[in-house]
Amino acid sequence: MLVVEGLVKRFGGFTAVNNVSFKVDQGEILGLIGPNGSGKSTIFNMLSGTFPPSAGSITFEGHEIAGLAPHRIINRGIGRTFQIPRPFRRLTIFENVELAGFYGQGGNRGSHSRAKADEAAEKALAMVGLPTDRQAPVDGLGAAGLKKLELAKALATGPKLLLADESLGGLDEHEMDQAADMLRKIRDELGITIIWVEHIMGVLMRVVDRVMVLDHGEKISEGLPSAVSSDPKVIEVYLGTDADATQAAAAEQRR
Amino acid sequence: MIMSPRYAWPIGVALLIALPFVYRDPYHLHILILILIWSFAYTSWSMMGRFGLVSLGHGGFMGVGAYVTALLWNHLGLSPWIGIPIALLCAGTLALLVAYPCFRFRITGHYFALVTLALSGIVLQVITATRDWTGGSLGYTPERTKGSHIVALQFDDKTVWYLIALAVWLAGLLIWHLIDRSMARYAMEAISEDEDAAAAAGVNVTFEKLRITVISALMTALAGALYCQYQMFISPDTVSGIAVSLQMVFAVVVGGIYVALGPTVGAIITLLLAEFLRIFFGTKAVGYDNLVYGVLLVLFIIFLPKGILGSILDRLKGVPVRQTVAKKPA
Repeated sequence: MLVVEGLVKRFGGFTAVNNVSFKVDQGEILGLIGPNGSGKSTIFNMLSGTFPPSAGSITFEGHEIAGLAPHRIINRGIGRTFQIPRPFRRLTIFENVELAGFYGQGGNRGSHSRAKADEAAEKALAMVGLPTDRQAPVDGLGAAGLKKLELAKALATGPKLLLADESLGGLDEHEMDQAADMLRKIRDELGITIIWVEHIMGVLMRVVDRVMVLDHGEKISEGLPSAVSSDPKVIEVYLGTDADATQAAAAEQRR
Repeated sequence: MIMSPRYAWPIGVALLIALPFVYRDPYHLHILILILIWSFAYTSWSMMGRFGLVSLGHGGFMGVGAYVTALLWNHLGLSPWIGIPIALLCAGTLALLVAYPCFRFRITGHYFALVTLALSGIVLQVITATRDWTGGSLGYTPERTKGSHIVALQFDDKTVWYLIALAVWLAGLLIWHLIDRSMARYAMEAISEDEDAAAAAGVNVTFEKLRITVISALMTALAGALYCQYQMFISPDTVSGIAVSLQMVFAVVVGGIYVALGPTVGAIITLLLAEFLRIFFGTKAVGYDNLVYGVLLVLFIIFLPKGILGSILDRLKGVPVRQTVAKKPA
């Protein structure tokens, strides 16, 4: 479905992502982990068109998409959430999602109508468990609610591939489990392929089919969760150094 | 809103249409026509301003509308019916030329305001520099017609002008209403908060911003052309340049930037203020209105950022002023 080859991103003299290649198959959940600054978000920003890669190719369903404008990539069927939720506070919850349903699926072009956008918004809100009430303001939402809204916006754009960026930061353990189950439900019920970027290894490992580990912009390990978590390279650069991971490991032991 | 808007609008419009047939005081009618034309210009500015696109270049668009129409009439004998569309085309092209690079390269906020400020300055300089054609800072007068008044779009009867200005003003409000109800408004609200997040929702940010900018510029140019045809005298001070651009910002901030009739309330207040100063202080007070504008502008931005009408409507709806201010930064 998605084939990434030799992806490179340089910011001035600094290489944030260095020659990373990977594949995502239809219907799988790929976990993307790595310490802070390992290049996870940079890869996401290239996949979603926020900025173009310095080199390499990104092929989605057989078409080259590297360097396309964000709205074009969304319209091809790649939705994304942001690490820190970015709701539009001047709009209501429903309008936030309706907007994504309208423009994310082609906007003014073609026969896409507002009624279809409304329908997409209702479905997406129901999926993540937010009220479909049209008047509810964004300001009433807490951290978990904002993450759900972020997810609903991405879903309303009608993605075939969902890029979920660190969707668990700032949640308590119970909310984390719920969010993880939510991603699995989105894959199982809507058939959406997912790439999930996350610091917190424990919960992620439970849900994903495959994991890819990044460090300093390079891929250091890839495979089944069980294999990756026992890979000595991963333990050294990731579990050994990152405070989040230590916490996550502790959390997993308690489970 | 205040009454049921379903009835308030048709009744209000009917009263406004009937007015010149009942009340014929030429001075008052003159003030009303000016208020309507400026209200339309301010409404045009707010189309962008309400979404955080603060343009200080609208004096330029207005100047292009007025001068191109008048020059085509005087030099080529081209009727304003053809001249105005050409003037609008010029203003639209100018808007695209200035706005596209700004939006493409993400020049936003203060920087966008500064780029557009330069546009105002440039249009003003061009008018002054080509004084052999435009009369420079002395101003310019479209030639009085010897033929048909309709072809020349010149009317002696103030009632005719009043009705034209009223129709155009209503058209401006209608455009506001249509945008307000469209998905384009959601897109623009989203863009004004967070361009990246709007793009991630599938919005073509550059296109949406360009579209609203061109609509706004075209409307402003039309206001300039109408002002020219009505007053039969234009000068860089009255329809172009930085002063006019600032006057637009001031009037809209005072009236209310986020509500449809806010710019109209702003036009009423600024014109009445200018007339009041002119009548009571005469020539001694030339330029005083700008001083008063400046002081009021500061006070309004600090204490009533939603403007007079916006704050009144909030009060009627029971929203505390301060609370909504925090949510809607200008």
